Amino acid sequence: MEFKDYYEIMGVGRDADQDEIKRAYRKLSRKFHPDVSKEADAESRFKDLGEAYEVLKDPEKRAAYDQLAARWRSGQDFRVPPDWNQGGFEFQGGGFTEADAGDFSEFFESLFGHGGLGAGARRRPRHEFHARGEDARAKIQIDLEDAYRGGKQTLSLKHREAGPDGRPRMKERVVDVSIPKGVSPGQHIRLAGMGGAGLGQGESGDLYLEVEFRPHRLYKVEGKDVYLTLPVAPWEAALGAELTVPTPSGLVDLRIPPNSQGGRKLRLAGRGIPARTPGDLYVVLQVVLPKADSEGAKRAYRAFAEAARFDPRAHMGI
Amino acid sequence: MMTSDTPNPLRGEIFEEDVELSLADLCRLCRVPAERVFEFVEEGILTPVGGSPGRWRFRGISVQRVYCAVRLQRDLGVNMAGAALAVDLLEELERLQARLRRLEG
Repeated sequence: MEFKDYYEIMGVGRDADQDEIKRAYRKLSRKFHPDVSKEADAESRFKDLGEAYEVLKDPEKRAAYDQLAARWRSGQDFRVPPDWNQGGFEFQGGGFTEADAGDFSEFFESLFGHGGLGAGARRRPRHEFHARGEDARAKIQIDLEDAYRGGKQTLSLKHREAGPDGRPRMKERVVDVSIPKGVSPGQHIRLAGMGGAGLGQGESGDLYLEVEFRPHRLYKVEGKDVYLTLPVAPWEAALGAELTVPTPSGLVDLRIPPNSQGGRKLRLAGRGIPARTPGDLYVVLQVVLPKADSEGAKRAYRAFAEAARFDPRAHMGI
Repeated sequence: MMTSDTPNPLRGEIFEEDVELSLADLCRLCRVPAERVFEFVEEGILTPVGGSPGRWRFRGISVQRVYCAVRLQRDLGVNMAGAALAVDLLEELERLQARLRRLEG
């Protein structure tokens, strides 16, 4: 296993005092807390940090660790030295605090955990009093159309269940899941009883599928609202028009009001994601200018300039 | 192509929309005692409908709020009011990020 440099993880020097270590922990734990941070590796960084703090904040563990840190560097292949358990350290003091010691690394475990020194006994089996199975989580990607019409997706699920000898083993299972109409990004589909198996007579846990939308060629989604950017010609925007417009639920005829500017948002109420309270569909106008690439087009632009007498920068006072 | 082990597609429910939880459901799902939920309601982190705790109904999103508040309290040492503020701000941040994704994406 790899040697972990707890000082490096916490960004403090080897001579840092307890206050400094505490401050570093507070600061970094806010930065990498998985509920707060959006960084991809936040979860593992936070775990490492909790583990590093668990050791460095406790003078006994820290003193023991320092003896190793003098001999190993971060990432080096590490084996617990034979004399580790005979140094007279006893970790009965600090013990484990609020941190979930069950999540600590093999490295930590080999030094301070079960089978290592002292404190191991404090590691309690999980769910001693809970017979219900673990809830499981997974992510699925769906298309916007699935959210409008409902859909079906085939998933391969790995889960733990008790084998014939009573020991847990991994089993793979392929299931079809119907995607409920009206789901929006970030929401969860709950499949009752599809999580981990319960202990004894306990019921199985549930499976939660976090829904992500695949990027769509035409539409963008924000919550339950859907946005369509609609290119229009200048005369359509200026004079008004009746246009046939795609929506996720089919083509609609849309009236463009005269004197519309680019960026104007037209709301089609209730045509967003058909949730219990349906979202809206917004059509955002994008005025596209035809190129002045022929004599005729140039003439038309010049005539327009002559007729309109238009200064788009009048409000700038120049 | 994978073939399904089940004859019919599994029907799920949208947790945030379709699911209503009782106090007991919420405690079981979040593994917290009822007293803790009372504190969350007191602080405004949770807003159940229904007059008395026995008739309280929580929206599915409550589970996420409880998890988040519990973890922030445990890991960062914030108090109840701080956790309530953080949970609100994190949801606001999520809405803004969704908007940003839409505008930039």
